[in-house]
Amino acid sequence: MTSASTQCYAPTANVPGELKIVQDATCTFCGCVCDDIDLTVKDNHIIEAKRACVLGKAWFLNHHTDDRPSCLIDGKPATLEAGYDRAAQILTTGKYPIIYGLSDSPCEAQRVAVSIADWIKGTIDTTTSVCHGPSGMAFQGVGEVTCSLGEVANRGDMIIFWGSNPAESHPRHFTKYSLMPKGMFLPNGRKDRTCVIVDVRRTKSAKAADIFIQIKPRKDFEALWTLRALAKGIELDPELVERETGVALSVFQDLMAKMKACKFGVIFFGMGLTMTRGKHCNSEALLALTRDMNAFTRFTAKPNRGHGNVTGADNVVAWRTGYPFGVNHSRGYARFNPGEYTTSDTLANGEADSGMTIACDPMANFSQPAREHLASIPYIALDTKETPTTRAAAVAFTVATYGINTGGTVYRMDDVPIPLRPAFESPHPSDFDVLTNIEERVKKILGIT
Amino acid sequence: MTSPDYIKISQGTVYDPTNGVDGEVRDIWILDGRIVDAPTDAAVRPSRVIDATGLVVMPGGIDMHCHIAGPKVNVARKMRPEEKRKAELIHSTKLTHSGTMGSVPSTFATGYKYAGLGYTTAFDAAIPPLGARHAHEEFDDTPCIDKGIYLLMGNNHYVMQCLQKNEPEKLKAFIGWLLTAAKGYAPKLVNPGGVEVWKSHQAGNVSGLDSLVDHFQVTPRQIIGGVAKAATELRLPHSVHIHCNNLGMPGNWETTLETMRALEGHRGHITHIQFHSYGGGNGDENTFNSKTIPLAEYVNSHPNITVDVGQVLFGETTSMTGDGPLGYFLSNVYGGKWFSSDTEMESGCGITPIKYRNKSLVHALQWAIGLEWYLLVNDPWRVVMSTDHPNGGSFLAYPQIIRLLMDRTYRQDVIKTCHPQVRERSTLGDLDREYTLNEIAIITRAGPARILGLKDKGHLGAGADADITIYTPHDNKETMFELPRMVIKSGRVIVEQGEIRDPLNGKTLHVQPDYDHEVEADIQTWFEKYYSIRWRNYPVDLSYLNESCVVPLK
Ligand code: SF4
Ligand SMILES: [Zn+2]
Repeated sequence: MTSASTQCYAPTANVPGELKIVQDATCTFCGCVCDDIDLTVKDNHIIEAKRACVLGKAWFLNHHTDDRPSCLIDGKPATLEAGYDRAAQILTTGKYPIIYGLSDSPCEAQRVAVSIADWIKGTIDTTTSVCHGPSGMAFQGVGEVTCSLGEVANRGDMIIFWGSNPAESHPRHFTKYSLMPKGMFLPNGRKDRTCVIVDVRRTKSAKAADIFIQIKPRKDFEALWTLRALAKGIELDPELVERETGVALSVFQDLMAKMKACKFGVIFFGMGLTMTRGKHCNSEALLALTRDMNAFTRFTAKPNRGHGNVTGADNVVAWRTGYPFGVNHSRGYARFNPGEYTTSDTLANGEADSGMTIACDPMANFSQPAREHLASIPYIALDTKETPTTRAAAVAFTVATYGINTGGTVYRMDDVPIPLRPAFESPHPSDFDVLTNIEERVKKILGIT
Repeated sequence: MTSPDYIKISQGTVYDPTNGVDGEVRDIWILDGRIVDAPTDAAVRPSRVIDATGLVVMPGGIDMHCHIAGPKVNVARKMRPEEKRKAELIHSTKLTHSGTMGSVPSTFATGYKYAGLGYTTAFDAAIPPLGARHAHEEFDDTPCIDKGIYLLMGNNHYVMQCLQKNEPEKLKAFIGWLLTAAKGYAPKLVNPGGVEVWKSHQAGNVSGLDSLVDHFQVTPRQIIGGVAKAATELRLPHSVHIHCNNLGMPGNWETTLETMRALEGHRGHITHIQFHSYGGGNGDENTFNSKTIPLAEYVNSHPNITVDVGQVLFGETTSMTGDGPLGYFLSNVYGGKWFSSDTEMESGCGITPIKYRNKSLVHALQWAIGLEWYLLVNDPWRVVMSTDHPNGGSFLAYPQIIRLLMDRTYRQDVIKTCHPQVRERSTLGDLDREYTLNEIAIITRAGPARILGLKDKGHLGAGADADITIYTPHDNKETMFELPRMVIKSGRVIVEQGEIRDPLNGKTLHVQPDYDHEVEADIQTWFEKYYSIRWRNYPVDLSYLNESCVVPLK
């Protein structure tokens, strides 16, 4: 069914020894998805990545094609064909197959992965379930008032970062979108904006703040609820507030006064909020506060998403299944249940009997019970490099790197879709190719036309 | 001699209003996805004969205004898990993908359900150009139907700037460029000017056609008139497509009338006009009433204007709109979860769950006003069936609307279940017009095809796309229309009796107007100053379209 070509912009040919410039290439290293990088390419190496930040430069310049077979079966080199066959066999034999990862693949490949999950009646889940899944659930509870990043650049005169440290996680966030740009309604750039950072520790980002508020660890919910109360004009007990949050009531009062007085406020929040005590309740409180603020002025919120295309994964899974992540097809139709169909939970409960991981490394970062269970079942792993997850896989594919070797589409953290302009071809197949080949075989085995 | 490629639909009762065929028994011949004249050589035999004796044959349905793809539709999917489990389950089969229903079906389910209903073409009516790539990606996963998008332009900064500086040629070029870059079909205005005010002011909006949009110093009237004129001069197949200011507000009928006047004789399509036909004022529910009559009279006497209805059906649904301030208003009325998103330089968006209740005076009147529109516009070629899916209700309610239009006894029965004031505050109870099958064929396929400028669709003459629906006649028209006997798309049988047989992927309909390319340099300068993505990464490449179909200009 998937018919989109895998690459809207295929890499152009390289002439040995000659320099090639790829203009407006897209960096997929973090959720900023900067699409203004000019790459200088020579002999299948990127020797310059103009405008990229330190992380982006490392991503482009340190990229080297892994000199290993494109396919390993049980750790031994094999042909791609044999790998596809074995993969299809594993996925169609299991009673409870799971497919997990997706956030570092272009949408074109994600779409095929969701197709496979549907055909094999398996679970499809993305790394959203271990980062901003709680924001997704909070969103289902209260909604969200948000905007695109260009709106932040053009209008945002009060920028709050909550549990997010963009100076280290999204290095160009400040300069490109949130603090420095001279926007349409903010001709003086940084001078026209107030920056507030709320965190449990003084992060590197704190230096950028006009106001830094350090709250007690695990007290985000209480701090947000304090602000909601102040927005509504409810009187609070100063002692209680300070004891609970570690911050004087007057600090919150001052912040609320500034929030009400601004013209267009934006709260960026990170995993410091979503993955600490309270999880989706924290996100819900933040989204609700943002909504409340619209009774006084314009206010928006936005999760600072991490991986290059985790936002695309949410979108693709949602348009195909109706749910954003953690979707199970065992009954032949889509069901959503975070905590059950989210992969870290499924594995920790010892429930899956086969699987496929795509551009992710659960063997390195899941809980021990989850890792032990994954190691005990046959699974396929797609990655650009060798990882603990590929090492324990029954079939491991080494794939080309998206944005460097392959094209496709990536969604920025504000849901803006952006095309990729790859620099040079890889000897390895793209994840789209691998998945398409596996899908073909899966369909054949299952008699799907 | 057998020609392997011909298909013949034999002896059906054909309704093809475009070609003046009103219920005549005919054969229809198909070759290579198109309708052709019967071969003159009597020896030519079709490879397949579909016996339509006793059955009704019409062109495939065309939904000219719905919300089925792109950023806000997908947000609504993510936001509403609660309605999916209790909704119809869409299982995967050996041919088809699984999906989910509820008010905002998943992509595959959307394609299958439209096809199952005998619809073969649908247009998503509100895509921010910055999200066009997303809409096209979803379309590639929406099988069975041909698709197109309207691009939000009513709050576009460049549009407003051109009007402010009185540069109509530039405006024309910009619209031409934007439609080409985003692979769009028509310019769409949503609350022109109002969304921009919403972006910069708490609960901001414009109040009428002559409110000034600050910073740009233009009025909704200028935006409507300017874009309507540009659309005419670009010879676009469809006109400007307008969601008026003040949607849903008591007393908004005057804004609607002014909007029609602001067209200054240019073609214009007023969408979901039901939501824009209210009398009363000051938010006072007691004064709320129908103003369909004066508006329909204006439409009747102004052939440059076409409308679709935006019928409300009782039940739960999701409101989704490019009208940011409206989303805020509705979320405060209903108190449920609320999504809002502002897109740089272009547009806004509001989503909230809603429920229409027949015992509510306002909701029952909205329902009645929708039906009044069908019954009070004299020329069925200028009024189109829509629910503004999913805003007024699902597209799956079309068979029910057909029954309400064709069966006045049934209509009266439903009025009886509504709030009693409906009879006093609308004329619906006094209208005894009943639609004929021919008129239904007009408002669901022939009419929208003509309004959209789709010469190859909405009819069964030689050269038309072989998009054909065959129905089993039934006294209950809802029964007849909800389960077509057979649906043919591009000459292939894709549905039989509700079962998907061939989930082909359709075409994307878009336009490529001629425009002054010299203006691009100026657009680029503006773009690079304010957008957060690069100029080169903005246009949607043809590779995103499963099959591109450029619809000729007028
Ligand atoms: S900010 Fe993120 S996307 Fe931009 S260059 Fe740095 S790592 Fe890449
Ligand atoms: Zn609409």
